[in-house]
Amino acid sequence: MTARIGVVTFPGSLDDRDTQRAIRLAGAEPVALWHKDKDLKQVDAVVLPGGFSYGDYLRAGAISRFSPVMETLIDQAKAGLPVLGICNGFQVLTEAHLLPGAMLGNDHLHFICRDQKLRVENTETAWTLDYEAGQEIHIPLKNMDGRYVADSYTLDQLEAEGRVVFRYVDFNPNGSLRDIAGITNAAGNVVGLMPHPEHAVESLIGTGRTDGLPFFTSILKKLVAAS
Amino acid sequence: MARVVVDVMLKPEILDPQGQAVQRALPRLGFDGISDVRQGKRFELEVDGPVDDAALARIHELAETFLANTVIENFTVKVEEAVEPAVGAEK
Repeated sequence: MTARIGVVTFPGSLDDRDTQRAIRLAGAEPVALWHKDKDLKQVDAVVLPGGFSYGDYLRAGAISRFSPVMETLIDQAKAGLPVLGICNGFQVLTEAHLLPGAMLGNDHLHFICRDQKLRVENTETAWTLDYEAGQEIHIPLKNMDGRYVADSYTLDQLEAEGRVVFRYVDFNPNGSLRDIAGITNAAGNVVGLMPHPEHAVESLIGTGRTDGLPFFTSILKKLVAAS
Repeated sequence: MARVVVDVMLKPEILDPQGQAVQRALPRLGFDGISDVRQGKRFELEVDGPVDDAALARIHELAETFLANTVIENFTVKVEEAVEPAVGAEK
């Protein structure tokens, strides 16, 4: 039996189907989860996908964070359930305080869409086991509110504990402090990042590379090892 | 009915590119002498019943947990005015 990985659909989610497809390509079983449903259907891990849930009203992720599915998810994430937040999903995780800091509008005030170079700096998390430390990858980035901010104390703590999982290389696309593209919680089960690994899982499309696939093979490996 | 106003501002140390864009446009529009602009949000809450300490405490909680993200924003809560329906206003 393979691992079952839930993908939450909020009103305004865009990349939920792409994420399900990426999970399937990695060899796991995607399970659709609905924002109004507290039931996580006994999945082994959850991905919060990209998009513009609730139109980014108030702040990106601020309204989704109070949806019924998040009530259950917050408790289970604190208890160790692996959770990956991509783009809007990352914003939901910071709003839910499962990850420290916050996301703000890009410093240049424009939407940005590009193939982005990243460095993987932590390969211990549930979602990055299949990368090599320091590996540089290219995956698509597309966002309006991608500027990661936190106070200096929090940033120093993240750096000291190796919790900066991904950093932008060569070009900082949004003004994120210390070029941070993605972070993890202390336990390593919750990871959030702005770029979109689910859009880089097949050589035929996108960047022509499959640099995003290891996210999904990593979690599968982690779950199979645990079972 | 009373109106309670919640003002939400980015903390001083957080970069506000929208405010900067507004500030940079000012000289071109002939408005000189304004050295900085910060942009925030204002929420006007029409409250049923008396705005007593208990009601204000609830609104404070609402502002702290939802209207503002206190990681990046500060907020203030103030009771603005008693709002009377205008004479002759239709229901």
